[in-house]
Amino acid sequence: MRRALASPSLVAGTAIALAIVLLALLAPLVATHEVAAMDMRNRFALPSAAHWLGTDNFGRDLWSRMVAGARISLAIALATTAGAAAIGTAVGLVAGYFGGWVDLLLMRITDIFLGFPAIVLALALVAVLGPGVTNVALSLVVVLWTEYARVVRAATLVLREQTYVSAARALGASPARILLREILPNAAGPIIVLASLGLGTAVIAESALAFLGFGLPPPAPTWGWTLAYGTGFMREAPWLSIVSGAAIMLTVLGFNLLGDGLRDLLDPRQLTRAAGASKRN
Amino acid sequence: MTLPPPLLEVADLIVHFPVRHGLLRRRVGTVRAVDGVSFTLGRGETLALVGESGCGKSTTGLALVGLVRPTAGSARLDGASVAVRGGARRALARRMGIVFQDPFSSLNPRQRIEAILRAPLDIHGVGRPRERGAAVAALMARVGLRPDQGRAFPHQFSGGQRQRVGIARALALRPDLVILDEPVSALDVSVQAQILNLLADLQRDFGLAYLMISHDLGVVEHVAHRVAVMYLGRIVELAGRADLFAAPRHPYSELLLAAAPLPDPRRRRRLAPAEGEVASAAAVPAGCAFHPRCPLATARCREGAPPPLAPRADGRLLACHHR
Repeated sequence: MRRALASPSLVAGTAIALAIVLLALLAPLVATHEVAAMDMRNRFALPSAAHWLGTDNFGRDLWSRMVAGARISLAIALATTAGAAAIGTAVGLVAGYFGGWVDLLLMRITDIFLGFPAIVLALALVAVLGPGVTNVALSLVVVLWTEYARVVRAATLVLREQTYVSAARALGASPARILLREILPNAAGPIIVLASLGLGTAVIAESALAFLGFGLPPPAPTWGWTLAYGTGFMREAPWLSIVSGAAIMLTVLGFNLLGDGLRDLLDPRQLTRAAGASKRN
Repeated sequence: MTLPPPLLEVADLIVHFPVRHGLLRRRVGTVRAVDGVSFTLGRGETLALVGESGCGKSTTGLALVGLVRPTAGSARLDGASVAVRGGARRALARRMGIVFQDPFSSLNPRQRIEAILRAPLDIHGVGRPRERGAAVAALMARVGLRPDQGRAFPHQFSGGQRQRVGIARALALRPDLVILDEPVSALDVSVQAQILNLLADLQRDFGLAYLMISHDLGVVEHVAHRVAVMYLGRIVELAGRADLFAAPRHPYSELLLAAAPLPDPRRRRRLAPAEGEVASAAAVPAGCAFHPRCPLATARCREGAPPPLAPRADGRLLACHHR
């Protein structure tokens, strides 16, 4: 605990991430206006007491749209990361533990996914699947699971040589039991680190899709789309793009700091443990 | 006098590992880790496998518990082949336990002691799930741990306590045979005696047979009934403990015993220094594998088949042309 508090990036990352998650959870309470409420007499209003972050070209309150957008971004990021981590972990465990042609096959499939430029593949998938929270998350899972697979496979290659895995095998434990009880808990550290970094990646990717018009369709208040149409009003209302861009940046920064901090906290011990592999005979 | 059939019968066990190299993983050589090992082990008996690092003693043990696949030969536990997979292997796991050398890496750092000890019972569906907690507590008490220590994680334990957990895990399924792979060599000398005494008590109470793999001749002299000396994948001498320690007959046994320190500094042995390096199991010399280091070696030792492990008049088995 003391070590956790001594890491500035962990403290800052946790604070930022927590603040944004809270805003998203409490969005209906902290929003000052209806998200979709237009007020054509108040187009491009400057930030004021009534409109904390000003209004857009339809006179919609930007603050309310930003906190509503946080909900969308975080929901998609969480779903994406959970899905990608689950698939990647399963693939990595199986490939690393069984080795041989199973490993070869799974890793070549992973390479195929890695070979595509991620955002282009995601764009194509959304174009095929159609818009919607589920489809956006699904497309991002498809492009983001590979990193988990590679990291978990590497961890599994080390862990499967541990004597306690041999002990479980000698006792007649099934491969499923060994993977879930013996190996997965010891690979949890890297997976958690990767997932917190992955949340940031997912936010960026979701925003990029929305920016390009492949996220949730308007009038959904996505950060990415606000950033995109805001560029059209840079003279009248520069805060549209600046605020939505800052929201994306801050969120990603928060998750990255959190992930880096967790890595510093978890990794050294993890590495020394892996290095202390057993000697034989 | 008819002897009861042995519990474990190992005949001509061979474990070879391919050495692969290059892009195409071509097989460029073979490590002959275990190269024709035969022995028997009776109920309640302790047989020690001794030898230098890399002589194949650990591999022999790993092959018996199914962690290494034998290349050839047979090993039978009560007549049932050990070289099987699947359900039959699982059934064998109930009758054969293994205790590993390193008490630190042999326990999963993320599992509580009670979970580690419960695993064998869960895997084999021993008893009703609700009764397994009590079985774990009884097991812990039997190896000298307090039942309330079950909530602890391995890192909260000392090496000796961890090895007690390792022993309890090996005993959880009430096996007939326990393979002890250097069970005390990672422990402090003061703790070694405690663990060896525990092992002796357990052997007496449960009628366990031990296959003890060790390079520590002091420990072996203390616990073994019979001793098999291994060199480069083969047993070169197999004799009763007293016979072997009083008068080793194979030149390698002599060398091994002479190299072991004596407890009394005034009783110095005349050291016959070991000549030459231990040959690698990847390039076993022709003929008798020991001939490059053997003071008795003659032309006969350098070529042809290695001398067979044959019974001698004094009851021991010996693989040497000259003794």
